[in-house]
Amino acid sequence: MQTSLWRSRKVLVWLDERLALTELLEYARHKTVPEHKHSFWYYWGGISMFFFLIQVFTGVLLMVYYRPGAESYESVREITYDIRFGWLIRSAHSWSANLMVLAVFIHMFSVFFMKAYRKPREFGWWSGLALLALTMTFGFSGYLLPMDELAYFATKVGLELPASLPLVGKFINDVVRGGPEVGSVTIQRFFALHVVVLPLIFIPVLAFHLWLVQKHGNALPPSEEQKPIAERRSIPFFPDFFSKDLAMWLVALNVLAILASLYPWQLGPQADPLAPAPAGIHPEWYFMSQFQLLKLFGRWFPGVTGEVLGLVFFTLILLLWAIVPLYDTGTAAGRRAKVATWFGITVLALLIVTTIWGYWEVL
Amino acid sequence: MSEFVKEQEAIEQETVMRRTFIRLGIGAMATGYAAAIGYPIYAYLSTPAKRAAEAGSITEVRLEGAAKLPAGSAMVFKFGHKPALLIHHRDGRWVAMDAVCTHLGCTVQYETDNNRVFCACHGGVYDAVTGENISGPPPKPLSVYRVEVKDANVVVAKS
Repeated sequence: MQTSLWRSRKVLVWLDERLALTELLEYARHKTVPEHKHSFWYYWGGISMFFFLIQVFTGVLLMVYYRPGAESYESVREITYDIRFGWLIRSAHSWSANLMVLAVFIHMFSVFFMKAYRKPREFGWWSGLALLALTMTFGFSGYLLPMDELAYFATKVGLELPASLPLVGKFINDVVRGGPEVGSVTIQRFFALHVVVLPLIFIPVLAFHLWLVQKHGNALPPSEEQKPIAERRSIPFFPDFFSKDLAMWLVALNVLAILASLYPWQLGPQADPLAPAPAGIHPEWYFMSQFQLLKLFGRWFPGVTGEVLGLVFFTLILLLWAIVPLYDTGTAAGRRAKVATWFGITVLALLIVTTIWGYWEVL
Repeated sequence: MSEFVKEQEAIEQETVMRRTFIRLGIGAMATGYAAAIGYPIYAYLSTPAKRAAEAGSITEVRLEGAAKLPAGSAMVFKFGHKPALLIHHRDGRWVAMDAVCTHLGCTVQYETDNNRVFCACHGGVYDAVTGENISGPPPKPLSVYRVEVKDANVVVAKS
């Protein structure tokens, strides 16, 4: 017992001399995280990342049996009904994808309202937006892969609109869809995008994002910033914040386990290009708002005008959203700060209202 | 020993016990999670192996129309998930055996001219009637099956 303990200590010392583990631990102990009544929102970046890790893990497992192209539906059918626990792995992947999008949205809005995009954190905001865009592209490309009825029509409709635009349309037709129709050729390239191209871009952007968080630390919300330094409280990153982070991950894992096992993700009938679209077809909830907005613009301004106006409106909001660190630079209670906050509230309200409205109309 | 020291020791013991309890509890919980995640993944990944094992556990195979096989020739068929050899000897005897070399698992072939079973990978030679390893590296004979010709069909079974 004594010798084995001594031996394992020797191994630790050997490793430490080469990898500087103590230094790292010491650093983690000295790093602090602010503690206040809004601290809860600090965990959502970590939760988003946790779901991303689940996606990588379950995604690799699905690749063991998934066959992109003409056989994709059959292979997903096998995973769902023939392979032991295949339904669970697939269900976990689908649920975790949705939970990840949700967590990313919560993270983004909490960062927005805490004004954590202000100097020197502008690039954190921009890299975060890039990660959100990538996450949604992950969702859109992954949704087609089972090639059931819903997947087929969702992709068809999703590509139809940009495909009707000048210039972009040609790119969508020739490069993204690989022809005038969504088919096995499309699945094959969406698969390449989903499992190779997107991760290849996502991981370095995520690394950059995390490095910035590490560099600048957690931002204080304006209400905390107004307090004198002596009144601000903080906790050590290690082990305090770290163990709370882990606890959050455990909660996330449990929520995922409950959803994935009690509400297994369904597989619809195989896509048939000659069959009519099923009633009430609609995009995934995280595209519902855009879908509804474009539908409304189409209603108010019939023809191509509506679509173009909708896209212009949408692009404008997105642009204003992205450049918020450039115009909300002032002090906590400044006029610009209030404008930004109201803009955030409006966007959030618009997102929620149009999403509910969208569901109201299709269900 | 004073009352105070005794009391202190009792408190200390209680703390140690509580610590052990918490450690054990966390350990048990972690094991539970590892099992709940690990078992489905193992079952998921091992499904084809399980299917193959189930397919391999069959004891009989019926080869439709195989009785047409000319004398002095052989055919390879699947027995469970493994290849097997059906030989129709010149003297009219029917022999079936494993076609997986006992050396390193290559598929063997029947050589009509030499009337022997040969493995091209490392030159292993087996007797075409008994399956016995005659020369080369194979350490064991090929297992032989029972063959029954029924009208146009051949039934091969584990003996």
